[in-house]
Amino acid sequence: MQTVIEHRLFARFKRPKPPAPPPRPRRDVGYWLIATAAITLAPHAAHLPAWISALCALLLAWRGLALNRALLEPASWLLLVLAIAAGFAVRAQFGHFFGQEPGVALLALLLCLKLLELRTARDVRAAVLLCFFLQLGLFFDDETLPVAILALIGTLAAVGCLLAIEDEGANTRARLRSAGLLLVQSLPLMAVLFVLFPRIPAPLWGLPADANSGVTGLSDTMSPGSISSLGLSEEIAFRVEFLGTAPDPSLRYWRGPVLTEFDGRVWRPSARSVAPQPAYTSTGPRIDYRLTLEPHGQRWLLALDFPAAGLGHIRYTSDYQAITTTPVRTRLQMDISAFPATRVGMEETAESLAAAHRLPTGGNPRSRELARRLADGAPSPDIIVQRTLEHLRSGDYIYTLHPPLLGNNVIDEFLFDSRQGFCEHFSAAFVFLMRAAGVPARVVTGYQGGESNPFDGTLIVRQSDAHAWAEVWLPGRGWMRVDPTAQVAPRRITGDLSAALPAGDARPLLMRPQLEWLRQVRLRWEAVSHAWDRWVLGYNSEQQNAFLRRLGLGRTDWVTLAGLISLIGVGLFGLLFAWAQLKRRNSDPLDMAWDAFCAKLARAGLSRADWEGPLDYGNRIASARPEHAASLSRITHTYATLRYGRHTTADDVRSLARDIASLKLK
Amino acid sequence: MGTFAVPSATLRRQLDRWLFRVGRPETAPIRLAQRRIYVLPTRSGLVFAAALIVMLIASINYALSLGYMLTFLIGGIGVTSIVHAFRNLLHLSINGGRAPAVFCGEPAEFRLFVENARNERRPAFRLRALDGLSTFDLKAESTTEVSIRCTTSRRGRLALGRTVLETTWPLGLIRAWSVFVPDVSCLVYPAPERDAPPLPADGAGSTNGGSRPQAGDDDFAGLRPHQTSDSLRHVAWKVLARGGPLLTKQFSTTQGGERLLDWHALPAQLDTEARIARLTAWVLAAERTGQPFSLVLPGAVMPIGRGPGHLHACCRLLALHGQRDADSD
Repeated sequence: MQTVIEHRLFARFKRPKPPAPPPRPRRDVGYWLIATAAITLAPHAAHLPAWISALCALLLAWRGLALNRALLEPASWLLLVLAIAAGFAVRAQFGHFFGQEPGVALLALLLCLKLLELRTARDVRAAVLLCFFLQLGLFFDDETLPVAILALIGTLAAVGCLLAIEDEGANTRARLRSAGLLLVQSLPLMAVLFVLFPRIPAPLWGLPADANSGVTGLSDTMSPGSISSLGLSEEIAFRVEFLGTAPDPSLRYWRGPVLTEFDGRVWRPSARSVAPQPAYTSTGPRIDYRLTLEPHGQRWLLALDFPAAGLGHIRYTSDYQAITTTPVRTRLQMDISAFPATRVGMEETAESLAAAHRLPTGGNPRSRELARRLADGAPSPDIIVQRTLEHLRSGDYIYTLHPPLLGNNVIDEFLFDSRQGFCEHFSAAFVFLMRAAGVPARVVTGYQGGESNPFDGTLIVRQSDAHAWAEVWLPGRGWMRVDPTAQVAPRRITGDLSAALPAGDARPLLMRPQLEWLRQVRLRWEAVSHAWDRWVLGYNSEQQNAFLRRLGLGRTDWVTLAGLISLIGVGLFGLLFAWAQLKRRNSDPLDMAWDAFCAKLARAGLSRADWEGPLDYGNRIASARPEHAASLSRITHTYATLRYGRHTTADDVRSLARDIASLKLK
Repeated sequence: MGTFAVPSATLRRQLDRWLFRVGRPETAPIRLAQRRIYVLPTRSGLVFAAALIVMLIASINYALSLGYMLTFLIGGIGVTSIVHAFRNLLHLSINGGRAPAVFCGEPAEFRLFVENARNERRPAFRLRALDGLSTFDLKAESTTEVSIRCTTSRRGRLALGRTVLETTWPLGLIRAWSVFVPDVSCLVYPAPERDAPPLPADGAGSTNGGSRPQAGDDDFAGLRPHQTSDSLRHVAWKVLARGGPLLTKQFSTTQGGERLLDWHALPAQLDTEARIARLTAWVLAAERTGQPFSLVLPGAVMPIGRGPGHLHACCRLLALHGQRDADSD
């Protein structure tokens, strides 16, 4: 002690050091963060402009290298310059800053730049929050099951990252375990909130102009090539579950925009009226089905002809389309009934018929001449229709996804020169001929057919099922559907586009016959994702109400839901709390046996004092219970020998435990 | 992080007594039961919550079902981390250890023993008391010695006092803490006067010890048989090396017999603390000479003696001079 004091005497009296700057995040935090960022950013690569993805990858790689080489650590001014440059570049790419796409792009670049500036734990936390925002941003484009799984992995990594900041001593495995435990324990709370959190009809305010910009599908105009461009798209347009027997494939016409106006090249819808009830009375057999429509940003539903009256939120147009009151921006699910045998247009207005007669004044002279010949001497419009279809059937026309480009007189060039076309060519030419021959006709676009998924019984209608057909108006019979394509490629209508296409034509990958197994895998996968869409993504306020009613809760207002959430939430939290209180039991068998022995004697009123060793305790209880003295001494001695002796085998411990278990204190 | 600003020390004490039930030092072991663990979000926890609200609004506006799920999942993780932070502190027991005496101005080092009875590792603790901060981890089923260094600014007994054990594990979003007063204190010796005047040649009757020229410590005067209480510095090693007996060197300045270090003999203009500082310096200097000395303070006398025990007793007397708990130890 003296030397210590003397040492202190001679030592300088030092002032306390000023507080050290917060330590730099350690290298392993950096690795966690890079992993989190990579998992978060990778799925964005499919949606971001290529240069942004490449830049992000570059910056991530830089971060990875700089973790090991302090020299590569970028200077602050450089990061600032990079950030400003990235901002300008994003601005130049998208033309504006606000909206989903530039927002996500900016966030992605910001995250990568933030990663290069990890000075404190706060920077790491900020980066983790950016990762969460980016994961949410991914759902704008994609809410499929794989993306959900990726987001879950990303969340796990992010939690690991936060753990790494706090706890430097743990290894990766321990950290993953802790993160996994946290994640698993929070799943029940997530489920409760997901089911019970009141769903507010979106949006809260006007969506930015580019919301749902990525949707493809039918447009409300038709020109040569506009539908065949969808022919190779495997994207799902909608799904249908028939509640009874499914209609024959040749009846599966899903009605989209009806196009009456023709300017010589482009077909457009005419002015039409919209009413809360349809202009027809539905008759005949009825088909019930549930439609799950993918968002397409338009108002049309793709209903089977002809939807019943009185569907909620549905309006009926005078050309028999069912439309919604607002554009379909989210996946929509509704139960619809159709009456395919309904007669429509028995009393069609004069304007509608006039519009269905109208042709541009000039152009396509050869087609007009053909129409005149077909109409010549026909006793009724019916006969003209038959003759026209016959002409198409026998005219060596080829059905193809890759028709040649046409010039100014599109109908003439198709009918007489190229003779190759997709459904839009056939329907347009047919309607043109009808009108030129004096029969009112119009083009109807939509989808035809669909693929039945054997795994969940749904009918999947893809963009490649997009179709255009025609309607003619016959006196006394109203509007009748005519499909000119069926004359050329009948198999297209019965459900096999692949068979309908000529052999050399490129077809959608999964329609190739040699890839049948792949098709099966895809169908299975689509059954899973349909369930996902239905039960997870399609969970809206209506489903929420239906679910709560099934639980016997009639009231589904905010107050009830908030009360329910608090109740269950507190219950779950209580369970967690109880788990926290649980002391992990000692797992040493010898200790467990001894604890059981002490507990047994405590019940008999002879609890062991904390300071009492086994032998002292044994002496005390043996004298207190002389009738058991022998067995009590034996047990305490054996315990002391096993605990403090040199050799303990598992058999010894087991025999002691048996001894203790067989001890009966009267 | 997460501590709320308290306007004054008095209010702080009131709050401690009322909210945290902090009062007199507790006898060991201090067990951290459920009732004395508190949890509140940290600043990053609040930022995290704000970010979650933004995410929720975005999910509502764009009707993102997965957005809801992600938001609720992350929110659930935040809520779960409350329990984990709480559980990290739960059922710890704390025992006070020793705190070796130090001179004022040197850092005092308090030692506490924290016992983790659970068979899991518990990470990332911070212990704060006075102005000291110590971070540590606990191994499974073990007791860890934690030392915490605090600066000292006045002599006397320095109690560790209000001690906070806190953790922001697992995610840094929630701070769980417990406040307790362990029964640990450190004796702070007075700081010796810098550049103190030399020792008075001999204390008896001297009224002006500081002004007398000091006789050289190294004036060798002779040898005498070694006694066990003699300083090892003064052993005649050369004699011993030649095979001679163990002898102690005597110096001229120490020939006058014992020294008296007398409070009352100090110049009148010195105030109490200055006197104590000078006496402390002299006590240390006297001990270095290896000569026995005695110390006289108002109301207390340390009889003649030498060696480490004597030195500590003198320093202790000086440290506690005029203080309330001078008698207690």
